[in-house]
Amino acid sequence: MKVKVACHEANHICDKNQYKEASFWEKVKLNFHLIYCRACRKYSANNNKLSKVIKSPKVQSVTTNEKNALKERLAREMSQ
Amino acid sequence: MPSHKIDPTKWVDQYSDYLFNYTIARVNDRDMAQDLISETFLAGLKSMKNFKGEASERTWLISILKRKIIDHYRKSNSKKGKAEVHINYKDEESEGDWLEERVADPFDKTAEDSIQNEELGEAIYRCLGKLPEKQSRIFRMKTIENIDTEVICNEFGITPSNFWVIIHRARTAMASCLQKNWF
Repeated sequence: MKVKVACHEANHICDKNQYKEASFWEKVKLNFHLIYCRACRKYSANNNKLSKVIKSPKVQSVTTNEKNALKERLAREMSQ
Repeated sequence: MPSHKIDPTKWVDQYSDYLFNYTIARVNDRDMAQDLISETFLAGLKSMKNFKGEASERTWLISILKRKIIDHYRKSNSKKGKAEVHINYKDEESEGDWLEERVADPFDKTAEDSIQNEELGEAIYRCLGKLPEKQSRIFRMKTIENIDTEVICNEFGITPSNFWVIIHRARTAMASCLQKNWF
């Protein structure tokens, strides 16, 4: 098994890791890659930041139910 | 000048989250924000004829929403009695101290931080709105609604590797957009 991975693969692992879908071995490969690759370190840092920011409780979203209710109301109004 | 088209059937999907975050930062009440948004959409529907296509749909909706928020505060203000200012001193001793001393320390950044945080949702959804539609929908489903990869792949009829490429592009675009407007 080789530990070294190419940048595009490292980025792919990093993306997966944002959703906790990277395996242990993939994480080892990613972290090893990050040791020597400056560009990917930057990408990783930004990516982690993005995940953190989206998870912050200040980011609210409209639930699907609420959206459907809104849509219905609009549709009713449009048909009149 | 390119003229913008208006399409109310897409409003809810495209703008409701952005408008919602915009409102919640200003009224701080979920239910109230919901009401204001649906009022905005209805008002938009009524005055669709007046949409000249000079601004984008989103800008136009925001301008309606702003009026609605102002109206909301006017209404709630007229219900109240006249404004009164009460100053409560913590204890007998501090009575008569300069009011200025009680003003928050300007170097204490927490207040500003919390304002910034409230606008964060807006910034995120503004950036999300700039992505191509497919990217933004997939990114939203995966990241915000936490739907499984498999389910999304089935729904859009794409392979997982295709899916990850889309996610990767969306994340890169989001990061650079937020970098410009936020970080």
